[in-house]
Amino acid sequence: MAQPLTHSAAAHEFQRDPARAAWHDQTLWMVRTKRDRMAARVPEWEQLREAASQIKEHTLSKLADYLEQFADNAAANGIHVHWAADGDEHNRIVHGILQRHGARKLVKSKSMLTEECHLNPHLEKQGIEVIDTDLGERIVQLQEMPPSHIVMPAIHLKRAEVGEVFHEHLGTPAGLDDPQQLTEAARQHLRNHFLTADAALTGVNFAVAETGGFVVCTNEGNADMGAHLAPVHIACMGIEKIIPRQAHLGVFLRLLARSATGQPSTVFSSHFLKPRPGQEMHIIIVDNGRSRQLARSDYRKSLACIRCAACFNTCPVYRRSGGYSYSYFISGPIGSILAPNVDKAAHASMPFASTLCGSCTAVCPVKIDIHAQLLKWRQDITAAGHAPWWKKAAMHTTAFVVRRPALFRLGGWFMRRTTPLLNLLRLDPWTQSRDLPPAPTQTFRQWHNQQSNKK
Amino acid sequence: MTLGLFIPCYIDQLYPQVGQATYTLLTRLGHQVEVPEKPACCGQPMSNSGFAKAGAGCLTDFAREYARFDHIVSPSGSCVLHLKESLEAQHSPMAHRVYELCEFLHDIAKVDSLPARFPHRVGLHQSCHGLRGLGLGSPSECRVPAFSKPARLLQMVAGLELVPLDRCDECCGFGGTFSVFESDVSVSMGRDRIQDHISHGAEFITSADMSCLMHLGGLLSRQAPQVKVRHIAEILAGTAESEAEPSLNDG
Repeated sequence: MAQPLTHSAAAHEFQRDPARAAWHDQTLWMVRTKRDRMAARVPEWEQLREAASQIKEHTLSKLADYLEQFADNAAANGIHVHWAADGDEHNRIVHGILQRHGARKLVKSKSMLTEECHLNPHLEKQGIEVIDTDLGERIVQLQEMPPSHIVMPAIHLKRAEVGEVFHEHLGTPAGLDDPQQLTEAARQHLRNHFLTADAALTGVNFAVAETGGFVVCTNEGNADMGAHLAPVHIACMGIEKIIPRQAHLGVFLRLLARSATGQPSTVFSSHFLKPRPGQEMHIIIVDNGRSRQLARSDYRKSLACIRCAACFNTCPVYRRSGGYSYSYFISGPIGSILAPNVDKAAHASMPFASTLCGSCTAVCPVKIDIHAQLLKWRQDITAAGHAPWWKKAAMHTTAFVVRRPALFRLGGWFMRRTTPLLNLLRLDPWTQSRDLPPAPTQTFRQWHNQQSNKK
Repeated sequence: MTLGLFIPCYIDQLYPQVGQATYTLLTRLGHQVEVPEKPACCGQPMSNSGFAKAGAGCLTDFAREYARFDHIVSPSGSCVLHLKESLEAQHSPMAHRVYELCEFLHDIAKVDSLPARFPHRVGLHQSCHGLRGLGLGSPSECRVPAFSKPARLLQMVAGLELVPLDRCDECCGFGGTFSVFESDVSVSMGRDRIQDHISHGAEFITSADMSCLMHLGGLLSRQAPQVKVRHIAEILAGTAESEAEPSLNDG
């Protein structure tokens, strides 16, 4: 079996082009600073975060009740409600609906859940054409790549690279680098697909238990274009997307866009309550491992995530290693606590892709203790045996030595004598780029003992 | 009131001048400072690497040797945070008696003047564990009134000029064993940090965490050796000026 991708190896590749890595860092830092400016315009920002955190906490404590309430109300509104235990079941349900309608083309707005379930390849295998309609998603879809960021799927690409993709797939002139012209090309291309689609699929940002309605947030209106034109609208949601009441929407809609992109609100926050006359509306409620995470008390709060990706943008490691350096489709800090829930071995390196600086926790609009959960995963992953032998040996040796004063003094003495050699040879990952400090000949303890003797 | 000084393993071995400065500063402020013989490490390197159980013995040693003190002070925000969190997890009342040096000076000793002078342009690296973990300052992510305990203390030092930074509290990339296992990202982060300080004319970079400074200083000595790192204790104690790095000799 191939070794699973480790974050450090992928980050090493990403850092081979330092100029590009710097550009990536600066681009995302710009989003972070926009977020700061927008958050600063809301005097009650911290109270909003606290409210959001408490609403989510409460909802998760009664999740089954709220899901049932939502499903009952949605059904009463005339929406077909489906339940899927896992990704495969979700895909089969979507395909079943499309089959019943003889649909050959599906326009899809952004939904990370369908990425999680690998819906596109499943449908394509059945001969159904799937068009991602979010501009960023469409670009990476044409490249046959996954999104590198959950809110800005093609943020890792430069404009000229988008021009190349469009030239190759949409027939635009070579070397096109003008944002206006590129957008217009995408618009014409997508418009044709909206008009000829047999069905539309959207994600769900918030599902309201009280009303049975749901909200989809986009900046391009592509979800609405699809859902308003097609005779069938399928919406897919994870079980954690529930909020109890319509009145709670205000809290989340204000937090979401500001945290995600530094906008006061998303350009379109579309509320769907019931199918329009002649249209069929389906909602698929998916578990796919979420109830397992809910049962893990250390990690259950990760289900409060509203997928704003503020933790990505603020994370100095994400900014300097890129979305593709993580082994899960949700990268960044939040992905690093969601991924091991799915497969500890395959994603063993993700919780280690952090300095535990805590910026993710401080920026999170629903106050998920992300860095603390990363630290917890490290213990669980190691306990499950997914740590290299040399790391294990190094850590146990260190733990042994630092508890034995004589051994510690000897080890320290040896280390201080060898630092000049290590700096000279530059063989280890530290000294390849950094000097070890010039070693003093006397330790603090030696000095302190001398002081005590003088007295 | 007795005060226990905890000098972490790497400071003991590599940066004795930081321990000395801390000791000197605290005794000069009138505290009776003791250094127990045994504990060397807080256990954080093991914990951060996923081997918290292996490092648990360090905490046992610490709790045994330091239980007798009214206050426990350490010149390392990162180690203090680990000690506090571990003691809290064990519901130990000692958790509330462990302080990072700046925290102790600011909150407990309530110093309002220092007899120190350091006429230089200084960049303050607000270490993440101190800033967000211990609350030594307000993190830029949160909309709370701005404050910084280390900066307030530095402002008491005659002649010292704090330089502004573009990214006032971005992580330096040290992250304990992260700096070794993820050295590419670590080094990239560190280079950006020192560049921010250098571009604003800092002659020195200071921090309440020597571990961050070990990383930043290691990069500086290869790239910009004219810029030096000094632990905040050295500046506050007035011992930072000595140009020779650690000039201690045996005997």
